[in-house]
Amino acid sequence: MLRTFRADLHIHSCLSPCGDGEMRPRAVVNQVMAIGLDMIAICDHNSTENTAAFMSAGYERGLTVLPGIEVTTKEEIHLLALFDRWEDCMALQDLIYQNLPGENVEEVFGCQTVVNERDETIGTNRRMLIGATLLPLEQIVSFVGSLRGVTIASHIDRPAFSLLGQLGFIPEGISLDGLEISSRTSKEEAQKRFHAYQHYSFVRFSDAHCLEDIGKNITHFVLKEATSEEVKMALHHKEGRRMVEQ
Amino acid sequence: MRVSNLVESFELKIKAGKDRLHEEVTGGYASDLLSDVIAHGRKGNIWITIQTHPNIVAVATMKELAGIILTGGREPDSDTLQKAEEEGIPILLSPLLTFELVGRLYQLGISGMSPC
Repeated sequence: MLRTFRADLHIHSCLSPCGDGEMRPRAVVNQVMAIGLDMIAICDHNSTENTAAFMSAGYERGLTVLPGIEVTTKEEIHLLALFDRWEDCMALQDLIYQNLPGENVEEVFGCQTVVNERDETIGTNRRMLIGATLLPLEQIVSFVGSLRGVTIASHIDRPAFSLLGQLGFIPEGISLDGLEISSRTSKEEAQKRFHAYQHYSFVRFSDAHCLEDIGKNITHFVLKEATSEEVKMALHHKEGRRMVEQ
Repeated sequence: MRVSNLVESFELKIKAGKDRLHEEVTGGYASDLLSDVIAHGRKGNIWITIQTHPNIVAVATMKELAGIILTGGREPDSDTLQKAEEEGIPILLSPLLTFELVGRLYQLGISGMSPC
């Protein structure tokens, strides 16, 4: 049985230096339940150290939380990687950590707080998560693909840190699963501006860095269940899985 | 050479950090990749870029750069200006394109570092 899932698959936690300190598991899950979303993904910059806590906080309330990472490529392009299995997300984090130079400067970029599922602080990440990895776009896309994860180019309508802002075009032969449009650009405007990329699926997520922004930009997926595998099928219009306007 | 000398020589438009123009300029760096500036920018460098988002101020603060010149007539985002005022980082505008401006800076005696 297919049904519609309201999804916000781009949410930052307090681990992202730019993320608000209130973006902790229970607080986020409470907010998501209050506004009635069916699935979310936590995608911090270059790290997945908070996703397990969010997954268990979601599990307690019957909410699907996918583990993800917003990877910064060598070209300074932001790329969402989503998984079903936390282990696969960890494999991507391992690759990132081997290729992520620098240490965070809290006063300049912000705190990188690691939490447990009860919203308690359990540590601080010292890496420069806001920085760029040494990994080219193609390498990350194919690595995530080899783990059967989903890749979506973040906020392509924004000039900063986006695929189109940094490269100006989408390279041939890259197996991206979708393109994210931010809340700054309307659906109609996006159709017009990105007409040349119509063969990709467009999705809309909030990129929330604070509680009140969660769910402000969402995508309705028609899926069998709330998994990244099903989302991937929807992005490629397979077996009835799809996106719908509401 | 101070930031204020550059402002006069190239008629740069001052958008932020007007109280910090007395800083000594130790050299220049031109790049549009933040990670590249984090790796190679030096304290007191003037940074020439086309990026306009707030993260350029964070990078300039971290690397203690003397200021940022945006080229090609680009205007900074409003939150970039606000952050630059808070951090005391001069944001200067030039209608010239990067290649042209860097060439003129070099003629004036601002040099980059030699590769090692």
